[in-house]
Amino acid sequence: MDQKKLKKDYPDGVNFLLTGVGGQGTILASNVLADLGLALGYDVKKAEIHGMSQRGGTVISYIRWGEQVFSPIISKGDADIIIAFEKLEALRSIEQIKPGGLLLINDYAIVPVTVSSGIFEYPEDEKIHKTIIPFTSNEFWVKGLDIAEEIGYPKASNVVLLGALSTLLGIDEQVFLKVIAARIPQKYYSLNELAFQRGANSIIG
Amino acid sequence: MKRLLSGNEAVARGAWEAGCSVASGYPGTPSTEIMETFARFPNVYAEWAPNEKVGLDVAIGAAYAGKRTISTMKHVGLNVAADSLFYVAMTGIEAGLVIVSADDPSMHSSQNEQDNRQFAKFSRIPCLDPADSQESRDFTIAAFDLSEQFDTPVMLRMTTRVCHTSSPVEMTEQQQQIPAKGPYPRNTAKYVMIPVNARKRHPIIEERIEDLAQFAESFAYNRIEYRKNDLGIITGGVAYQYAREVFPQASILKLGMVFPLPVEMIRSFCKNVEKVIVLEELDPFIEDQVRLMGFDIYRPNHVEKSETYHTKSIFPITGELNPEIVRFSAQKAGLLEFTVKKEGTSINLPLPARPPTLCPGCPHRSSFYVLSKLKVPVNGDIGCYTLGVAPPLSTIDTCGCMGASIGVAHGAAVAGDQERHVAVIGDSTFFHTGIPALINVAYNRSNVITVIMDNRVTGMTGHQDNPGTGFTLQHQATVQLDIEMLVRACGIEKVLTVDAFEVEIIEKTLKQWMKEAGPAVLITKEECALLPSARKKYLPLLVTDQCNGCTVCFRIGCPAILKSEELDPKYHRPLAIIDQELCTGCEICAQVCPRDAILFRDQVIAQRKSEEV
Repeated sequence: MDQKKLKKDYPDGVNFLLTGVGGQGTILASNVLADLGLALGYDVKKAEIHGMSQRGGTVISYIRWGEQVFSPIISKGDADIIIAFEKLEALRSIEQIKPGGLLLINDYAIVPVTVSSGIFEYPEDEKIHKTIIPFTSNEFWVKGLDIAEEIGYPKASNVVLLGALSTLLGIDEQVFLKVIAARIPQKYYSLNELAFQRGANSIIG
Repeated sequence: MKRLLSGNEAVARGAWEAGCSVASGYPGTPSTEIMETFARFPNVYAEWAPNEKVGLDVAIGAAYAGKRTISTMKHVGLNVAADSLFYVAMTGIEAGLVIVSADDPSMHSSQNEQDNRQFAKFSRIPCLDPADSQESRDFTIAAFDLSEQFDTPVMLRMTTRVCHTSSPVEMTEQQQQIPAKGPYPRNTAKYVMIPVNARKRHPIIEERIEDLAQFAESFAYNRIEYRKNDLGIITGGVAYQYAREVFPQASILKLGMVFPLPVEMIRSFCKNVEKVIVLEELDPFIEDQVRLMGFDIYRPNHVEKSETYHTKSIFPITGELNPEIVRFSAQKAGLLEFTVKKEGTSINLPLPARPPTLCPGCPHRSSFYVLSKLKVPVNGDIGCYTLGVAPPLSTIDTCGCMGASIGVAHGAAVAGDQERHVAVIGDSTFFHTGIPALINVAYNRSNVITVIMDNRVTGMTGHQDNPGTGFTLQHQATVQLDIEMLVRACGIEKVLTVDAFEVEIIEKTLKQWMKEAGPAVLITKEECALLPSARKKYLPLLVTDQCNGCTVCFRIGCPAILKSEELDPKYHRPLAIIDQELCTGCEICAQVCPRDAILFRDQVIAQRKSEEV
C-alpha cells in the first residue's frame, strides 16, 4: 500500500499525542494508531499512564511511528500531530506540538469540577483558537460527538476523529478500517465504519 | 510471531512461555495487568492474594514445591513483602521464582518513588531491568533460568513507563514443559531458617552473588554497543532509550542485569571510551557501584545540589526521566551544546485544572460529606477514597500507605489527642493490612472510629476481585468474606453496616458515636458506581424551580452538579443543574438539598410518566 502523502509529509516517522478525559475512548484510538503504524511497516511505541489519572483526570497517550523508535515519551515541541478529544485538553497539551504541527480538536467540552465549583472559567472557543495561533495554523475542529450522535452511536466520537485523521494524512481508508475492525466487537463494526466515514468526509466538506 | 504488547503483557507472556504455572500477587499500579494477563493463559494457576506478603509466601511455597512461579506487586508492595523476600533470598528454591517489582518514578499513582533495585542489593538477589516490551518478555524467561541455575529468587524490576508502553514483541507459541521435580523438600538445613542453619546459609548467598557477578560478564543481556569513543554511557532500564534518543553517536554499555555488575566488562568499556557517564532513573544505583569499583566517572564542575544527590553527578535523582530532561542535564554538564531553539512559545492562559475526583455516583461521597461537616481529624488510606482529600470535601488529614489509617488514628488517640479520631479504609485495603490494626484498636481499647468503605471491589486499580467479592482472579465462585462478622471477631462490639448512600443514617450514627467512649466501626456498603451492575441502575436526577442557588449541593463535590448560567432572582446566585450524561442518580445531592429542589429517583420516574401522559 503506497502512502505517498504520509511519507512525503513525515519522512522521519510520526509522533502522535492523544489527549482527553478518562472514559472518552482515547485508549481505543491510541491502540488503533499503534496497530496502524505496524500495518504501515513502522516500528511503533505507544505509551500511556493508567491509575489515578483515570478518575476524571486528563489522559494522555503517545504513539510514535518510525524506522526505529527509542523513547516512548515525546519531547516538548516534538509532537507532529495532536488529537484532542476535549477542547480544554487541546490547550493543556499545545506546548508539545511541533511548530505548525497538525492539531485535530473534538469540538466538545467536559467541564472540570474546578470550573463547576467556580474557581476557574472554561475558555470560550474564540479564546482557545487565539491561544493556538502562535503554535500552529494547521488546526481542525471536528464535531465528533454531534456526528456520532447523528448516526445514533455517541460512543464512536473517537472513531469519527480517526476518520478525519485519515483524510488529513491521506491514509488508505481500507487499511485504517481493517485495523479498527480488529480492535472492536464485530457487531459494532458497521456503526464504527459509518462514524469513520462521516469523520473522513467532515474534513472534505 | 510478532505482536504489540505492553511491558506488563510481555512479562505475563514471558512467564507463560517459560513454563511458569503459578502466580500470586496483589494489584497495584503499574503492575496490575501482569496478573490479569497471566491468569488468562491455559495451564496456569493465578490468584490475587490479600496482600503482597501473602502473595510472595504463596509463590515461595509453590517454588519449593517445584513449580516455576511469579509474584507481582508495585514497588511499595515489596515493602510489605520484604520479610519474605529476605528469607527466600537465604533459602533459595527448588524451581524458578521471579519477583516482579513495578516501580513508579514520578509517582504517577504512588506515595513515594523508592528505587527497588536497592532491595535486590539489600537482599543479595540478582536484578534484571528491561527497557521495552521485548526485553520484558525475554528477561522474564531469562530470570526463570537464572533463578534455577543459581538457586535464588530473581527480581524483575519494571518501571511505569516500561509497564505501560506497548511495542512489538517477538515470541513463541509454546509453553515450555518443565520436568516434574521431586517431592516437597525435607531439607531443614536449607529451608528451616533457625539461627544455626541461617548462619550457614549466609556465606552461601554471599558466594552466590560473587558467582552471579562472574556470570554477568557473559550474560547475553549485558552488552556493549561501540559507536564513537568520546563518550561512553553506562545505562539500564528505560534510561537506555533516552540514551539512544539523545546521544545517537555515543557508545553504550547496556546492562540488562543491574545487580550484580560485571566488573571486567565495565573496566574494558571505561578503557575504550574517553569519558564515561552513567544514565539511570532515580537513585545512583549503578553509578555508586561503578565508583566503588574505582572507575572514573565524568563529573561536571558545577553541580547544582538542589537537583542531584551528592553522588549522582549529572541527571536528576527525582522523577521520571525523558529525552528533554536528559538533554537539558547533559547540556548543563557540558556534554552537549545548548541548541538555539526557536523562542519556545508558551501559553499565557490560566487553564482550569482537572484533578482526579470521586466519580459521580461514588458511594464514598456521603461519608466524606458527613465527616467534613463533623470537622474531626480523618486518617485516610490508599484507594479511590484518598480522593476525599480534594476540595470541596477536603476531608482527609493523613494518608501514608496501605493499612496505615487505623494504626495512625489509634496512635493519635492513645497519645491523648483531644479530638476524636476517625480512620477511613476501603474493603480491599482493610483485608490487605487493616485487620491487624483494627485488632489492635479493640485489644488496646482506643476511641478510634473506623469507617470501612465497602464498595465491593478493589476500585482504584481497575476492579479486581478480592476476598469480599465472591469471585477469584480466574473467575471461580468462592466464599464472600463477611466484614461485619470479621470486625466483631476482632473484638469490636459497636458495629453497624449501612447503605453508603444513606446520608442521614451515617450522620446520625457518627454523631452519636462521637458522644460515646470506645472503639466503633461503621461499614458503608454500596458497589462502586463504575461496576457494570451499578451502571445498569443509572437514572439521572433533575433540579426543580425550587432551587435558589444556596450552594449546599455544590459542597458534595459531585462532577455531575454544575453551576447554571441562570441566577436566582432574589440572591443572584447561580442555580444548580445536573449533567444528564454524568449523573447516576445516587441521590446524595437530593438528600442534602435543604429546599427539596432535587428530585429523587421515584420522583423523576413519576414526573416522566406524567409527561408521557
